[in-house]
Amino acid sequence: MTPESKHLEVILDTHVESVNLAEEMCLRVAEAVGFNEDECYRIGMSVREGVINAFHYGNQEKPDKKIHLAVDLTQEKMVIHVMDEGKGFRLADVPDPLAEENLLSTSGRGIFLMRSFMDEFNVVAGRTGGAEVVMSKKIPPPGSASSNGNHGNSNSDSTPKQEA
Amino acid sequence: MPALFATRREVGIVTIIDLSGRIALGEGSALLRKTIRDLLEDGQTKILLNLGDVNYIDSSGIGELVSGYTAVRNREGELKLLNLTKKVHDLLQITKLFTVFDVYSDESTAVTSYL
Repeated sequence: MTPESKHLEVILDTHVESVNLAEEMCLRVAEAVGFNEDECYRIGMSVREGVINAFHYGNQEKPDKKIHLAVDLTQEKMVIHVMDEGKGFRLADVPDPLAEENLLSTSGRGIFLMRSFMDEFNVVAGRTGGAEVVMSKKIPPPGSASSNGNHGNSNSDSTPKQEA
Repeated sequence: MPALFATRREVGIVTIIDLSGRIALGEGSALLRKTIRDLLEDGQTKILLNLGDVNYIDSSGIGELVSGYTAVRNREGELKLLNLTKKVHDLLQITKLFTVFDVYSDESTAVTSYL
């Protein structure tokens, strides 16, 4: 890790409230590093979908399992990792929610939303044995249309403290 | 984060549900499910969801909208959407659900469409 990079990691219970907690935490980081409102919305939604996936599909809503959320900040991008303690899955096995036969499905849009809203998205085998969603977004340069003018203010009061 | 609020009113043969807040995993999705289920149990099958004050829907909320749409259609009714915010509009567009739902931006036009 370079001196400029930052790493934040929390372990969340397999509980509905963890979805909101993860979203809020990542939103605060995204705001602090300078993403504008639209980009923060996309990042927050993606984190939410990643944690819903871990909560529901990965950990099967079992309270004895944990959800591992990590954020890596480099000068170039914000990288988010969501790991569950399930059995893992292959992206190739996920049905396409835009296919005609799946349009009226009541689930299965989370992966699609994360892919749509983030710059990079992948699912790999996590160190916990389950799936690890890895997604990133390029940090906007100061003064760009994607910036909120708060760039580089990651030491401000809005930066979340590490929680357990 | 704000919860979801739902109020019900009748305009002619149509039941309009004014929603405000977030339709997301947890209370928001559960309230939408209960609201539509209660209407169907009351025999109301012409339902218009006013989403003018809903600025956030996640995949769970989308699933609930689709579930409601299907449940109403199975009773030979119609569930339509009114006043989408930009975020909700964009979400329905990228998920191709704009091609599934009837969407209106004017209440009287929406109500007339049920006749």
